[in-house]
Amino acid sequence: MALETDTMTKDPILKVDHLSMRFGGLMAINDLSFEAYRGDITALIGPNGAGKTTVFNCITGFYKPTMGMITMRQKAGKEYLLERMSDYEVNRDAKVARTFQNIRLFSGLTVLENLLVAQHNKLMLASGYTILGLLGFPTYKAAVGESIERAKYWLDKANLTDRADDPAGDLPYGAQRRLEIARAMCTGPEFLCLDEPAAGLNPRESLALNELLRSIRKDTDTSILLIEHDMSVVMEISDHVVVLEYGQKISDGNPEFVKHDPKVIAAYLGVEDVEVEEVIEQIEEIAPGDTH
Amino acid sequence: MEYFVQQLVNGLTLGSIYGLVAIGYTMVYGIIGMVNFAHGDIFMLGGFAALIVYLILLGLFGGVPIALALFIMILIAMLMTGLWNWVIEKMAYRPLRGSFRLAPLITAIGMSIALSNFIQVTQGPRNKPVPPLVSSVYDVFGIAISLKQIIIVLVTAILLTIFWYIVNHTPLGRAQRATEQDRKMAALLGIDVDKTISITFVMGAALAAVAGTMYLMYYGVIVFTDGFTPGVKAFTAAVLGGIGSLPGAVLGGLMIGLIESLWSAYFTIDYKDVATFSILAIVLIFKPSGILGRPEVEKV
Amino acid sequence: MANISQTNEAVSTNLMARALREAFYAGLVALGLFVLFVGLKTDQNILNELILVQRWGLLAIFVAIAVVGRFLTVAYIRPWFEARKAAKAAAPAVEREAGFVTRNFTLLAVLALIVYPPVMVGLFGFQGSLKWVDNFGIQILIYVMLAWGLNIVVGLAGLLDLGYVAFYAVGAYSYALLSSYFGLSFWLLLPMAGILAAAWGTVLGFPVLRLKGDYLAIVTLAFGEIIRLVLINWTEVTKGTFGISGIAKASVFGIWSFDVSAANNFAKVFGLPMSSAYYKIFLFYLALALCMLAAFVTIRLRRMPIGRAWEALREDEIACRSLGINTVTTKLTAFATGAMFGGIAGSFFAVRQGFVSPESFVFLESAIILAIVVLGGMGSLVGIAVAATVMIGGTELLREMNFLKQIFGPDFTPELYRMLIFGLAMIVVMVWKPRGFVGSREPTAFLRERKSVSGSFTKEGHG
Repeated sequence: MALETDTMTKDPILKVDHLSMRFGGLMAINDLSFEAYRGDITALIGPNGAGKTTVFNCITGFYKPTMGMITMRQKAGKEYLLERMSDYEVNRDAKVARTFQNIRLFSGLTVLENLLVAQHNKLMLASGYTILGLLGFPTYKAAVGESIERAKYWLDKANLTDRADDPAGDLPYGAQRRLEIARAMCTGPEFLCLDEPAAGLNPRESLALNELLRSIRKDTDTSILLIEHDMSVVMEISDHVVVLEYGQKISDGNPEFVKHDPKVIAAYLGVEDVEVEEVIEQIEEIAPGDTH
Repeated sequence: MEYFVQQLVNGLTLGSIYGLVAIGYTMVYGIIGMVNFAHGDIFMLGGFAALIVYLILLGLFGGVPIALALFIMILIAMLMTGLWNWVIEKMAYRPLRGSFRLAPLITAIGMSIALSNFIQVTQGPRNKPVPPLVSSVYDVFGIAISLKQIIIVLVTAILLTIFWYIVNHTPLGRAQRATEQDRKMAALLGIDVDKTISITFVMGAALAAVAGTMYLMYYGVIVFTDGFTPGVKAFTAAVLGGIGSLPGAVLGGLMIGLIESLWSAYFTIDYKDVATFSILAIVLIFKPSGILGRPEVEKV
Repeated sequence: MANISQTNEAVSTNLMARALREAFYAGLVALGLFVLFVGLKTDQNILNELILVQRWGLLAIFVAIAVVGRFLTVAYIRPWFEARKAAKAAAPAVEREAGFVTRNFTLLAVLALIVYPPVMVGLFGFQGSLKWVDNFGIQILIYVMLAWGLNIVVGLAGLLDLGYVAFYAVGAYSYALLSSYFGLSFWLLLPMAGILAAAWGTVLGFPVLRLKGDYLAIVTLAFGEIIRLVLINWTEVTKGTFGISGIAKASVFGIWSFDVSAANNFAKVFGLPMSSAYYKIFLFYLALALCMLAAFVTIRLRRMPIGRAWEALREDEIACRSLGINTVTTKLTAFATGAMFGGIAGSFFAVRQGFVSPESFVFLESAIILAIVVLGGMGSLVGIAVAATVMIGGTELLREMNFLKQIFGPDFTPELYRMLIFGLAMIVVMVWKPRGFVGSREPTAFLRERKSVSGSFTKEGHG
């Protein structure tokens, strides 16, 4: 109960209301509602096929949900209904950036170019929709300098400065993950969605990733929503966890609460509903007093 | 009404020829994801082979029963184009398999240019008219149906049935479908992928040869540039029906045949190809993967 | 020692046996391929009936070439290549210092082009230089411009356009029609043709650009054909297949004219003997200037956000959208810019020929331009210019091979073989270098040093 009152005081940046998504006969998301709070790292977890990536695609405009409402509230108070916007508008106007489960870099462009493409809209404006830039106006040059500075800042944060002039496709896997996050940050988002950022990383790369995420949280006011399978990452860095199973929310709260939620345990261990009570008892036996 | 039905019959005949050629495009596209631009010229080559075989028969025996002559023409033309396409695949496409997507497209265009000019050089640039092979016309309820139209529709139907059987009910067809789905996995499961692809090319060419023979019989003339326009129309048919889908290719072929003959009958013949291409564009704008094509789901 | 030489011998006899066997099969296949088409020729007799002419000797030559070629390939050429490859792999990779020519290639090429007309005039005289300046110089430059325009669509944005010739036609007919009907001048119509073509590009592009890959390819091909067919059939305006002739010549900025009757005729003003060479030389420099402008604009555009967005689009469209890039307008600008280049090249073509007809805008032209882009290396201006020179210049040279008549007899017309060889060359070059002459990509921005991006990382787009 204490938890409930706690959330009331928080300022939601993203509100998902009664979201449903149907693919043919398959209900990938079924009446899902949750909130992500400003300044938090919210984790979206759940077993394989629970519909996490579908939720992401609905938030970022790549899928049009069958039903429901997704509201993004910017710091300045402006609200956007994301389900009504195209994918690129979600980034450009609502300031929601994302990464992909299977990394999508511009592999033939250099690392620096990747970060410059991310600042497209700003640069486009500065270049007078190309025309002024083509004529060599100084405003454009200044804007490019600024963009390179921003790129440098994120290169440094992602520990990629040494590789700035190499093709993105040439980077090792962990560095590609970090570059993708850096690229998303270069769009200047208020809300960042990360789809399994730690998947496939070795422990050292994981560490570097955690560092990058922490610095995003510390040095910028970007809130983060992440899908993750690696529980150690989730428990370590997230403030708030939402658990999905079969497209429905089964738990919502702080990591500590979710960790001990019998429904979550059942979902991950895969037991029948009737056995949930048993599982709770077992947990109580193993670690009494740890639950509350 | 009779006029309309007459045009329907003409359209179906033409559409059968397009459909036969379209299958070659769609099969090759299905199995290696490549637009085989030279396929129209393979069709033309088939027509020329049939023409030469006909002249040989005429020279050797004076006259041959037309059914037998047609049978021999089709058979040799099929063998001939099959061999050509087998060699072409091996020399021009196989070395580029798995590389850059546009590279095989460019070699295919190069092959198309080379083939039509090869025929121009070896057979001369002029039209090659043949005396009508089949000339009987029947009157069915006031509609003139010629024997050649019957032959074309019949041969197409028979071939399609055989073909459909091969693809759906034989180990070869299974290998083809498996290669289409996942080439690497098919190879791991012991399917000889190279051979399967070769056979696909040979099969496509054989159907094109039949179409070429029918074309020669229907129009009574062939020229070295005849690969291009029917080739593009057949490709259009394949895309219209949904490239990669066999029934789609036939459906697309029939549709294009019908559009062409109905447009020529009721509007102006000058703009019949404009009509065909415009309808293609309109269909694709509303149905971006063709009529029977699987809609492409964008994987995010 | 003895052992080794023995095994060597065994290997070589094995190789020979294999070579012979493969040569035999090659001969059989060649016999099968050519027996009907080379061994027999369909000809018309006096009664206009088709008869067959037998050419078994020629067939034997074809088969012999296949046999010998295959034998040499298997027995000598392939082992030699493999040995060289092995030697290369064994030797330490030495970073060879780029030579003077390689480093300054662009500058040298431009200089060579500037001195090209005077050199040709010096070598062949005014009349003799016509062919070299016009057929080689101007024609190649037109193709370079076309290919650079298509490069923006295919090479940078990764959109496969098989109907590029449509915009070339729009440019050419815009000039031909507007100058014949309204008497507008070349200098006004040159940019106008570009703008009109770009407008057409936008209009045609808008509905089709959400199509992907081969669907886009066939629809662009269809549009190309539609435009050509309209040009053929809309006879009241375009005069159909007769084409439009007597198109006004360009003038030197309206100051000097090249019309023989005009008072300000170039030759008259300067008191020179009359010759059509002046006009051609003027056109050559004009084409060169337009090409330089096109190159300048392309290089600039690549460093603009729009240029980077094009390349990003080629690499990954979904990622582009996730970064807030409106891919529809990005594609449209690529399409329109490419079309504009095509339109300008088209109006230039019209002014050079003085005549346009739908014949010049067939699919084959689109295919040739696309081939130049791909053979040159998608995205590389230098590679594309080299490819245009090799492919167009090469086929033009084939027209000049009259000495072959001495070898093959007077009936031999080398021109006939021009497109055959062109097609075969496309295949050979593509198999030899699937990424084109210049496979690498120059980055548009750098922090410390500019390193070219190897072709193995760049993608080719799916749009």
